[in-house]
Amino acid sequence: MLKLENISFEVENEKEILKDVNLIIEKGKFIAITGPNGGGKSTLARIISGVLKPTKGKITFYGEDITNLSITERAQRGISFGFQQPVRFKGITVHDLVNIAKGEDLSVMDASHYLSEVGLCAKDYIHRELNDGLSGGEIKRIEIATIIARNTKLSIFDEPEAGIDLWSFNHLIDIFMKMHQSKENSIVIISHQERILDVADEIIAMVDGVIVKRGAKESVLPELLHCEDPKNCLNCHDILEA
Amino acid sequence: MNDIAKKLLKEVSGLDEMPKGAYNIRENSKSVARQSSENIEIVSKEDKSGIDIIVKPNTKSENVFIPALVSCSGVHDLVYNDFFIGENADITIIAGCGVSTGDSCDGSEHNGIHRFFLGKNSKVRYVEKHIGEGTGTGKRVIDPVTEVIQEEGSYMEMETTQIKGVDSTRRFTTAKLKDGAKLVIKEKLMTHGEQFAESKFEVDMDGEDSSVNLISRSVARDYSRQTFISKINGNTRCMGHSECDAIIMDHGVVSAIPEITANSLDATLIHEAAIGKIAGDQMIKLMTLGLTEGEAEAKIIDGFLN
Repeated sequence: MLKLENISFEVENEKEILKDVNLIIEKGKFIAITGPNGGGKSTLARIISGVLKPTKGKITFYGEDITNLSITERAQRGISFGFQQPVRFKGITVHDLVNIAKGEDLSVMDASHYLSEVGLCAKDYIHRELNDGLSGGEIKRIEIATIIARNTKLSIFDEPEAGIDLWSFNHLIDIFMKMHQSKENSIVIISHQERILDVADEIIAMVDGVIVKRGAKESVLPELLHCEDPKNCLNCHDILEA
Repeated sequence: MNDIAKKLLKEVSGLDEMPKGAYNIRENSKSVARQSSENIEIVSKEDKSGIDIIVKPNTKSENVFIPALVSCSGVHDLVYNDFFIGENADITIIAGCGVSTGDSCDGSEHNGIHRFFLGKNSKVRYVEKHIGEGTGTGKRVIDPVTEVIQEEGSYMEMETTQIKGVDSTRRFTTAKLKDGAKLVIKEKLMTHGEQFAESKFEVDMDGEDSSVNLISRSVARDYSRQTFISKINGNTRCMGHSECDAIIMDHGVVSAIPEITANSLDATLIHEAAIGKIAGDQMIKLMTLGLTEGEAEAKIIDGFLN
């Protein structure tokens, strides 16, 4: 479905952030990308969604070469991208944003459905502006609601757990599991959270701009952390939760 | 009333036909339709062009429409409107000015000088929209002067909107607030081409526990220029806040000039100003939801000026 071939990303006078990355995401898969900070995970997500253009390589989506397509064109073809730090807008309401995401004018009731999905009491939020009045956790959940509303072939989330409290986090796992029930749509989540890694079909470990390992959790984590027993290792736990 | 005037009337006041209740419609420097209501009396001034709007004490939930239209070129309209709001009254005033110069190279101008006298504990919501239309080179100019005197416990909310077509505006608003009086001004402005807009406020909070909140949101496109001047004097225990939030595009220029003066130890005054282009991540976010660059920009501007 999504195929990255020899993708590199280099910033002038700086190090190469992605080095010759090859990756295939199959239809209906739930993939978690993990690895230390600065390893290139967010850059990879931004390259897939079109926010960044690779300096080398080719991206195909359902057989179409999308390497040179804009953010909008990729979105229209079915790629969604949930930001690590959601953007705030003065004057645009939660209802407006859900409408934009859905691509149609929804009734308050229909739009509220997506807020309920992410555990927000819809009547308290639907008319709120997406401004600084919303907390980090609230706006993050709204961000996730817009991705659910889009219901696209590929949804990429960049650290969806960041800024979310524990109660919401448990709910978040349920949301991803529900999205994963679709056999048509794929989910890619960049995360350090072991609970998310637990529920993914596969884990991809990225270090220094290279995919070092892909596979089931049990096989990936030891290599990533250079540790035989990461699940019971306090040091690894700290690294993962960092 | 010709078709141009009818269109302007619809745009500035939302009216398709004559409203119920009190109204005065001014077209090309003359009053063309007027009606008083039981509680709201509208009378012509005797010494100059304009009207007095007299609202009886305790009038509740009534609207007054006072649109002014200039439907041809070469008109230089100057009008004096005074509003006398009785104690405890609670009303909405829908004002607005539309200037159309057609395809003429002659300009037109409307200058409204409005004075508001709010009685004790009265409440006024004032909604005003400015529109300019025409394809010719004739300049459309609207220079409103507003003076507000608020007695104890009164509340005034002014919403002013000028989105397009007015080549030059100099707005000057002054207010004097007595004990417990509260003034809220929300201004929305978008300028295009080589338009110029200046909005100047001078507010004196003379009464204890009075407050003012000035909120300006504006967009300056093309080569247009805007200046926002807010002068707030806190002369006693009071609360003043002004906020200028502007988006600049193309070669637009915006200046925000605050002058807040605390003449009392108990005055709390705040000014905030933020001027900048549309944030890149806002555009990217909306584009990841499927909007084109143009659509994303329009959504952000529409929301900002909403």
